[in-house]
Amino acid sequence: MASLNVKIKDLALKNPVMTASGTFGYGLEFADLMPLDGIGGIIVKGTTLKPREGNDYPRMAETASGMLNCVGLQNKGVDYFCEHIYPQIKDIDTNMIVNVSGSSPEDYAECAARIDALDKIPAIELNISCPNVKDGGMAFGVTCAGASSVVKAVRKAYRKTLIVKLSPNVTDIAEIARAVEAEGADSVSLINTLMGMAIDIERRKPLLSINTGGLSGPAVKPVALRMVWQVAKAVKIPVIGLGGISSAKDAIEFLMAGATAVEIGTANFLDPTISIKVRDGINDWLDAHGCQSVQDIIGVIS
Amino acid sequence: MKKYLLDLKVKSVDRIHERYVLIKLTDDKPLPDMLPGQFVEVRVDGSPATFLRRPISINFVDRGQNELWLLVATIGEGTRNMAKLKDGDTLNCLLPLGNGFTPARQDEKVLLIGGGVGVAPLLYMGAQMLQMGNEPTFLLGARTAKDLLLLDIFNRYGRVFVTTEDGSEGEKGFVTNHSILQDGRFDRISTCGPTPMMKAVARFAREKGIVCEASLENLMACGLGACLCCVEKTTEGNLCVCKDGPVFDVKRLLWT
Repeated sequence: MASLNVKIKDLALKNPVMTASGTFGYGLEFADLMPLDGIGGIIVKGTTLKPREGNDYPRMAETASGMLNCVGLQNKGVDYFCEHIYPQIKDIDTNMIVNVSGSSPEDYAECAARIDALDKIPAIELNISCPNVKDGGMAFGVTCAGASSVVKAVRKAYRKTLIVKLSPNVTDIAEIARAVEAEGADSVSLINTLMGMAIDIERRKPLLSINTGGLSGPAVKPVALRMVWQVAKAVKIPVIGLGGISSAKDAIEFLMAGATAVEIGTANFLDPTISIKVRDGINDWLDAHGCQSVQDIIGVIS
Repeated sequence: MKKYLLDLKVKSVDRIHERYVLIKLTDDKPLPDMLPGQFVEVRVDGSPATFLRRPISINFVDRGQNELWLLVATIGEGTRNMAKLKDGDTLNCLLPLGNGFTPARQDEKVLLIGGGVGVAPLLYMGAQMLQMGNEPTFLLGARTAKDLLLLDIFNRYGRVFVTTEDGSEGEKGFVTNHSILQDGRFDRISTCGPTPMMKAVARFAREKGIVCEASLENLMACGLGACLCCVEKTTEGNLCVCKDGPVFDVKRLLWT
């Protein structure tokens, strides 16, 4: 049995497998199906300062080896989270990480400050890359100045581990990663979804209510892997890789490309137990290849 | 209600209609508890084109035979692939999902209104009611006589009334035109079928002051309330059809 422990700054993970925001609810939805404490972390649904209704239905479309979504950050707001959700998840024995979104740097900072006060939330993942809301989200994540402004504001308000989730919808993702590192981010996670579109040719209308949405699933994996590799070489802080990971082999590719940990997203919809299988598959691969620790393979691709 | 991820064994696949198959599944162990109106997320084949699971309502649970029945409309590539399953194949099923219909009280006179493949969950609902000693009334609608599905089986569990759009069987027209709605007195309606049909049923129920629940089938991904893709606008904001539904009291829906 190889050691699977990794660290994201001060955040210790029992293994490098986490579940991605928006694909695993608050974990509780999957509790009947798999041991939640068996994975390294659960990144819960995007949370904003004020409640958000999200976009109109339809919000999803199946595409080749993937799906588009335009959920639009539906959530009941940070106060509801602190009061009603946090008590239900705080004793789950893994890292419960909150994904935070907003529409101004002040919004993000205030939301982050509220979550800073919750003992059992050791980290946040800052979503500056949601492609599905007009007033913010990706708008910040696509320029260095925008990304910096949010991270700067949040860093002042938030003391624990700060992960920044990057958008792939940019010309040079490494440049954005360096910008958020310079403002004090402890880690970057990538990639969020790729902007995409699908059309119902009989109705001659887009399949999604807001026309475009974010593409996820195996279709995006090679793009995500390339970006993780580029970013891992560009920054000193730990990188968390995600984008279409559906197997242990996929996860190992991301680790070799330089990710310290991975997040599993859309694959949870196909197999709600996949994160445990990926964890076990990584361990089996390490054992079969005589590796003592997952550290042996992280970033081996130069 | 505890959820399971099971590889169920295909016992039979019957092509009951050019557009529908009846798939009977079984397991070595007794099948989990399931409620009428709940559904199953079926893994089709995970191929590029049929990537996500398919939500299929529970048509019937035969405890004696340890069978779960799925009535499947073969409308797209995923469901067409389901129709190609052979006896002995396995089908990976996530179940039971969703809330299900509110169980009828003994003294309630219940009308179960279905249209098209939407008749599926009403069979299990009616069978459960009869078992409790409350015989349901079914009102089933279809385009023509040959599109009426599983009629002989519905007849085992309650009184059956029928409408067809061309008048080839039962009364001619839509379910909401059927005389039973005017003649019978009902305390509760449970409905599943095309949205325009369910909206018409909901309007009728509202006018008559009858409690009415409808089972929705919005496009969904996870089936567990995690992805928030299948939302329906309600008096309490956007709710997940997969977790908060698929059955809603129509008073909570913003239907007009």
